[in-house]
Order: sequence, then structure tokens, then C-alpha cells
Amino acid sequence: MPRLVKKLASAIGLLLAVVVLNFLLIQLAPGDPVSVIVGEMGGASEDLIAQMRAEYGLDKPVWLQLLIYIGKICTGDFGFSYYFKQPVLDLILQRLPATILLVITALITAVILGTLMGIFSARKPKGVLSHFVTIFSLVGYAAPVFWTGLMLLIVFASIFPIFPVSGMMNVRGNATWYGAVFDVLHHLVLPAVTLASIYVATYSRLSRASMLDVLGSDYIRTARAKGLSERRVVFGHALRNGLIPVVTMIGLQFGQLFAGAVLVETVFNWPGLGRLAYESILRRDYPTLLGILFFSAILVMVANILTDLAYGKIDPRIGGRRRKKARPAGARP
Amino acid sequence: MQPILEIKNLQVGVDTGKSVQSVLDGVSLQLFPGKTLGVVGESGCGKSMTALATMGLLPDRFSVTGGSIILAGEDLLAAKPSRLRQLRGNALSMIFQEPMTALNPVLTVERQITEVIELHQKKSSAEAREIALEMLRAVQIPGPEERLIAYPHELSGGMRQRVMIAIALACRPKVIIADEPTTALDVTVQAQIFRLLRDLQMQTETAIMLITHDLGAVAEMADDVAVLYAGKCVESGTVEAILGAPAHPYTRGLMSCTPRLRLGAAANDPQAEGLGEIPGMVPPLGRFPKACRFAPRCALADARCHAEQPPLVDTAPGHSALCWKTSPEKAVA
Repeated sequence: MPRLVKKLASAIGLLLAVVVLNFLLIQLAPGDPVSVIVGEMGGASEDLIAQMRAEYGLDKPVWLQLLIYIGKICTGDFGFSYYFKQPVLDLILQRLPATILLVITALITAVILGTLMGIFSARKPKGVLSHFVTIFSLVGYAAPVFWTGLMLLIVFASIFPIFPVSGMMNVRGNATWYGAVFDVLHHLVLPAVTLASIYVATYSRLSRASMLDVLGSDYIRTARAKGLSERRVVFGHALRNGLIPVVTMIGLQFGQLFAGAVLVETVFNWPGLGRLAYESILRRDYPTLLGILFFSAILVMVANILTDLAYGKIDPRIGGRRRKKARPAGARP
Repeated sequence: MQPILEIKNLQVGVDTGKSVQSVLDGVSLQLFPGKTLGVVGESGCGKSMTALATMGLLPDRFSVTGGSIILAGEDLLAAKPSRLRQLRGNALSMIFQEPMTALNPVLTVERQITEVIELHQKKSSAEAREIALEMLRAVQIPGPEERLIAYPHELSGGMRQRVMIAIALACRPKVIIADEPTTALDVTVQAQIFRLLRDLQMQTETAIMLITHDLGAVAEMADDVAVLYAGKCVESGTVEAILGAPAHPYTRGLMSCTPRLRLGAAANDPQAEGLGEIPGMVPPLGRFPKACRFAPRCALADARCHAEQPPLVDTAPGHSALCWKTSPEKAVA
């Protein structure tokens, strides 16, 4: 699979660029971790500050710091968190599953819900449902995600206490494993819905436009001329073609989904990478922040590679020459 | 002989939002088993609308406002949508103009053929595959086993049109409507496709409605001809009668527009007439003249042609024209 190898090679190059750029961007930002620590200590002497800078390697020139950092990453060492007093890698690996769970759930919700809404409004573009979908989409899209989160909290956790307010698990713990699974899912609903709300709009608008386009095409007329039912025309013939732009969008938006996760995790106190990022920005905890950015970049790249592969599966024109051999007559795969 | 498909006084209108404009006005056609009816006319004269109305696939805002379409004794305009779906692709099928876009790009040729067989003939997928393979052999596609698993983009235009024909013939329909089946193809491929259609027709006794603006194709394929102009059938009869002694000025105009290859002495013959043309163009919807619709473009038109509806004149048995300037005596003379 030389295509995949090429993709991986370019992904590694991109990752290096991400590391260098993030490192330099953080250097440009005002303030440094020592000043924050000193501030929290309530002040310290010049000598102590200089000693702490030397201890963290902050007294060395920037280019040297960068080289040292890249060298360490290559050995799997992401440094030590100034604030959490833990190796960054441990910290990230603890938080990563929660973020992946949140982001993937939100993504699946948004794609399925958005696509279905898009299909239904494309079927009757002038119907009441179509207008409802348009309004719903635009409101979801226009509302800031933290505001949506807070409103959902007020309604579904405070006025009607159906869902828990924050966190990922009941503090008292769960007796059984399925109890724990249910508990996590229960906590997951509001954050996932909040994060999905922005993207439902994108996917419903996109799939509506794309389905409208597809439903007017010649091959849909052919499908109707075959005598297929409307349901089979839409789901058997139109949907797969209509999904092509949606899949592209999934790949493009995966990064934005992480950005959204920072806000959602903060609002709902979800113990994931997003909240860790928020905390490490506040504490000027550069190693943690760089580590998070590094892992986010990897996740986005993985998502893009998966999108590309899915693309080839959905649209045979993109998948390149198929290598399947002709099956002998009568044989079924 | 009983016609298998009889269109009587078909009226189709389009709802422009303000009013309903007439698209087809009293089109009557008859198709006989094993025979081909050529339907000719310029773009916009209502050929494709006749076909789509027969299939029950008129685009949005277009609707049948009068007349009847009778397939083997059953009025299609009175049939329920579910009954129409049973007939479409089964007893009545259609070959579309654009083989490049009329096949679904994301489904294999196999799926697109077997789908219609499984739907109408209640065959298992293995049986359907056998029939599909048989159909590909019947339409003389080289390497049918390989083509079966191919996607449309992997086939040439001629092969795609053969696949379309295979789909249309898969359920042994009583009537096939071929809407400009060769317009998008090379001349050599056109001849092959016509020969193929004729051969298959001889085996299956299928009636073909061949929609075309190419009088050469009509001469080659058709037994009977109907000439449409501005939503009306202006002349109909056997192919010999119409091409041999065209009675309507519009038919004569169309024939003079057909280029002929002259070689040797004929090329230098000063007597030979050049390529003709019909001045003006088909009037747009809603601006059809009140009396004879062709009068504004007709060299023979006089005051009566602009004032009164022309009569349907039988110029010979089975040959009639809608014209003031045609009289039975004249045609005989």
C-alpha cells in the first residue's frame, strides 16, 4: 500500500512542523512558568528565580531548548509538568481516553443526526420540516458552544435534574462494571450533545445541499425508472453519493472538534485533554501544553488518514485501480 | 394488430407559479409489439416530456392534465404509484440519453443490473447475477465477467450505454423508451448500438419508442414515425411515407437539414441543394402561437395559417399531417 506509506511519511513531516511551530508560538506568548510559580508562592528572591529557570532549562537559548525538546520527544520523553508534578506523558495518557470518548460520541451524533436531518429536508425542500431543520441548524451553529453547554446544564441538570452536572463518574464509585459503563454514559450525554450541537448544523446543511444535488441527477432518475421505492432510491442510490462531501468535512473538522472539546470539557468539568489544556495554559505549564498539542495533532492526522481511506471506500473513482480479480460465473463473494 | 402502448390526446402542463402552461397538447402515439416508433423533432418540442410522462417520471411542477396512456389495456395515468413502480423497469423501461451520468458512479455494474431483476422477478441474488451476466453477453460486452464487477467510470461510453440497455432489457419489457440513446456516442458506436437494439427487439418482440432528432437514425431503426413540434404531433405515418413523401412543411424542413455525403461527380453537381435550415426556433413555453404553431417559421404560411387551427389531414392511409397546406389530393399527386 504505497499510498498509505506516502501519507504516513508526510504525516511525520507535518508533525515535526507542528512541534516547532507550537514551541516557537509559546515562546512568543508573554509570561513564563517560573513567574507563575513565583506568583503563587507569593514572591521570591532574584537568586531563587534564576535557580528555578536554570533547573527547568529556561535560561538556555530558545533554539537549544527546541533541539533538546525534539530530541527528547524522539525518545518518548515529553518532559515533566511544572504544575502537576508528573511526567507529561502519564498525564496525557490518563486524560486521552476521556477526550476520545467525548469527541467520537459527539462526532457520531452530529454526523448521524445532521445527515438524517439533511436527507429529510432535501426530500421536501419547501416543507415545514425543512424550514424547521434550517432554523434549528442555524441556531445551533450560531450559539457559542459554552453558552449552549451552560443552557443545557441549567435546563437538564438544574431545573430538571435528569443528568449529572459535572465530571465523568459518580464520586461514590460503582459496584459493577455495567453500572460504571452506565454511569459514564449518563455523564456523557450533556457534554456530547453540547459539542455535537455546532456540528449538527454543519452536517445537516452540507448533506441537505449535497442530497438535493444528488437527487436531481440522472442516475437517480434511472433508479426511479427501475421501479425502486422512494426509500431505496434515497438510501440505496442517493445517500452514498451524498455522503462524499460529508466525509470530507469530517476529516477537515476533526481539529475544530478538539478546539470545541476544550470549552465543553471546561464547562462540564470533563476530565479530558481539553480541560488539561485549559489548566496548563492558565499555569503556563509549557511541557504539558506542548504535549497536548502534539497528541492532538496526531489524532487529527489519524482522523485525516482514516477519512481518506473511507473516501476511497465510498467513492470507487477515488480509490484508485481496484485489484480485485474477476470472479468465476456463479460464485458469490 | 393491437397497439401495446397507446398514448391518446396527452396533455402535459407546467406550473410556473402564476399559471399552468401547456407543454404537450394532444399528443397521440401508438406502439406495436416488435415495432419501433421514431419520435422526432427539435430540442424543446416535447419528445422527452412524452417519454417521461409515459414513465410517470415527470419532473417537479410538470403534470399530466389530460388524455390517457394505455399499456397493454391498463391506463397508466389512473394507476396507483405502487402499481406504476411494479411496471417501471419491468414491463416498461427506459434508456436515457447520457450514459456518462445515467449510471450510479458508486455501485458496480452487477448491482445496477441485478437490482432490477431481484426487485421485479423475485430472484435470489445468485440467479440475478446469472441473468445479469447473460444480459451483458446479450448486449455484446467484451469480457462480461470482468465488467460485472466494474464501476461505471471504468467503462467507455459505448459500454455504459450497453449496460443501460442490459438494465432496460433485464426484465424483458413490453415497451422500451430510448431517449436519444446514441446522441452522446461516436458514430461507429451509434451504428453498433442500433444494430444491437434491433437484434434484441427481434428476439423479444419488444416495442421501442426511439426518441431522436437524427433522421438518419429514424431511417435505420423505425417502422413508424411521429414528428413533434411545439408540443403537438404534426405528422405521423410509416417511415417510408414520412421520409419518402413528407407532408408537413416542418418535416420537410427537418429533412433538408440532414447533411448528406456527396462524393465524386455528385459533389460537384451544381444542381445539388446545400444544407437547408428552418429559420427561427421552437417558441418557448407559454408563447405558442394560437393557430398553427409552426406558422411563424413556415415559408408556406398564409393568413389562414396564422388565424385558424390547422386540421389533421389524412394524406394517405395511415399517414396524416396537421397542416392547412396539405391536402389528400396534393399528396397523391
